[in-house]
Amino acid sequence: MAQIDLEEIAHAYMADPREVSDYALKRIHNVWQDGGAYALLGPSGCGKTTLLNVISGLLTPSRGRILFDGRDVTRLPPEKRNIAQVFQFPVLYDTMSVFDNLAFPLRNRGFNEKDVKKRVHEVADILDLAPFLGKRAAGLAADAKQKISLGRGLVRRDVAAILFDEPLTVIDPNLKWQLRCKLKEIHEQLKLTFIYVTHDQVEALTFADKVIVMYEGEIVQIGTPQELFENPVHTFVGYFIGSPGMNFVPFALENGIARVGDAEIFLGERLAGVAGTATGELKLGIRPLYLEVHGKKVDQGVEARVKSVEDQGSFKILTAIMGGHPVRARLAEDEPVPQETAWLRFPTDWIRLFSDDRLL
Amino acid sequence: MDKWEDNRAWFLVLPVFIIVAFSAIIPLMTVVNYSLQDIFGPGQRVFVGVEWFKEVLSDKRLHEALVRQFIFSGLVLLIEMPLGIIIALMMPKKGWGASLSLVMLALPLLIPWNVIGTIWMIFTRPDIGLFGAGINALGIAFDHTASPSDAWVTLMLMEVWHWTPLVALLAYAGLRAIPEAYFQAARIDGASAWAIFKYIQLPKMRGVLTIALLLRFMDSFLIYAEPFVLTGGGPGNTTTFLSIYLVKVAVGQFDLGPAAAFSIIYFLIILLLSWLFYQVLQNVGKGEA
Repeated sequence: MAQIDLEEIAHAYMADPREVSDYALKRIHNVWQDGGAYALLGPSGCGKTTLLNVISGLLTPSRGRILFDGRDVTRLPPEKRNIAQVFQFPVLYDTMSVFDNLAFPLRNRGFNEKDVKKRVHEVADILDLAPFLGKRAAGLAADAKQKISLGRGLVRRDVAAILFDEPLTVIDPNLKWQLRCKLKEIHEQLKLTFIYVTHDQVEALTFADKVIVMYEGEIVQIGTPQELFENPVHTFVGYFIGSPGMNFVPFALENGIARVGDAEIFLGERLAGVAGTATGELKLGIRPLYLEVHGKKVDQGVEARVKSVEDQGSFKILTAIMGGHPVRARLAEDEPVPQETAWLRFPTDWIRLFSDDRLL
Repeated sequence: MDKWEDNRAWFLVLPVFIIVAFSAIIPLMTVVNYSLQDIFGPGQRVFVGVEWFKEVLSDKRLHEALVRQFIFSGLVLLIEMPLGIIIALMMPKKGWGASLSLVMLALPLLIPWNVIGTIWMIFTRPDIGLFGAGINALGIAFDHTASPSDAWVTLMLMEVWHWTPLVALLAYAGLRAIPEAYFQAARIDGASAWAIFKYIQLPKMRGVLTIALLLRFMDSFLIYAEPFVLTGGGPGNTTTFLSIYLVKVAVGQFDLGPAAAFSIIYFLIILLLSWLFYQVLQNVGKGEA
């Protein structure tokens, strides 16, 4: 078990990086608490896997230090770090039995056969793999194989953290949920640090206590799922989290009012004051869930033209054009849907203002 | 439901049928036909039953050639398979080094077989050959035209030089196809280089190595052009392999009947052994552990 400190980590795959864009990881500086369940969320190519490989030691970062419980491990190879990693598709030793697969990391480290046997049986019980121990690993289903990959990490008692690189990609949808629950259960039972890379926000939000959102080689926000949903610090987080993502419209500030094309959105004194201090390009953001839709004119309502309505089963998504910009609102199944013209009301409590894509 | 038939379908199958008939079935049946007759000349033939098979099977020179052939193919597999794998393991994974080594490896495979024999015949000549004259200058008597063991050494050197690249190329392709995650997982599991080879690389190469083994076995069992040019089957009969002996019987002595019987037996041996190799390799790594 260990706390992991990343100090000013940057990494470039090319030998001689010159510009900021040459770096796959720009500047990562944060602490991963012992026993935490973290999800590393971001679009493909944002540097999630690179960061994971830096932590596991498969990559040595171009700059910065990694500390495990205060001990510098930056230059240590993966086998010398107390880290296990589960990959996107199951990595197994095909010719070995399930037992031998699980025993492999211990045997490589010279444990005696009695301890190996005891430990493998313990781990097999945790993972419900006991009935398969004598079987050949190659013949099992994908979810069992992925459990074996995880098991090879769990057998080592000294393991400090387990890193998951999109581990559910190849698992059937109905088994995904089961396996995710199993992971959560193991995390609670063993109190290991779990770092879980994914680009699926549902996976990230259900698995993790803390979600780390990455974008273009940087960590843009760390927070609980609720914080990310309600207070995204970057327009990317707002857009990436939630389905559909947050609405963003560029606006100009005029006497406490946000002007979006010919539409005017009431901001109130506090928000107008905040917006007044900004120097960059202004954007107004609101979650579709919090956007009120009315069928007739209301106080502080903004007129918008209804473009489409999608029925998502338990809710409906209404798309309307307001001041030349599309905005989406989430309506309950039984809520009336306005035809052609809708009046949108932006509750000031749920309006978030951004300057140059950063939260004000 | 009535079975629906349209005989025009035969026209679609016909081209392939004709190609296979002329390339495989008719020649093979001709050989079977010859093997059962004594042929004196055009239009003069007598049916003799399995006489030729009996004669061929009791031919002492054929037995010797068969033993020689097995020793040769066995040595070829024992040397070329491990050597090819080792070369593949040592080859650079990417960059100009990888391209260069691929080209270098492919070179021997691009040379016509009889030219290979000629190259090595000259290369190992004790009077003017670089290798032959060089090794004699070192005080080691070497003459592949006089000494059977020297002839074998030369033959094996040539064979290994010629065909190990094929094994290496196949093994290299197999190695490159292994996803990087396997090696990363193995590093995290603390596996030694030997364990990585044994538990990841070798099992993952099984498919390509099966093909390499079958190709090398069949080709080496059928070898003709290179030893024919290099040693002509000599000195004496010491490098007379099955195909060389077969040609002597068929062309040299014009004994078409025995040669045909011989061909069929030869064919059956190769078919049987290839099937055995294939079965064994397919079953390795299956079944319950």
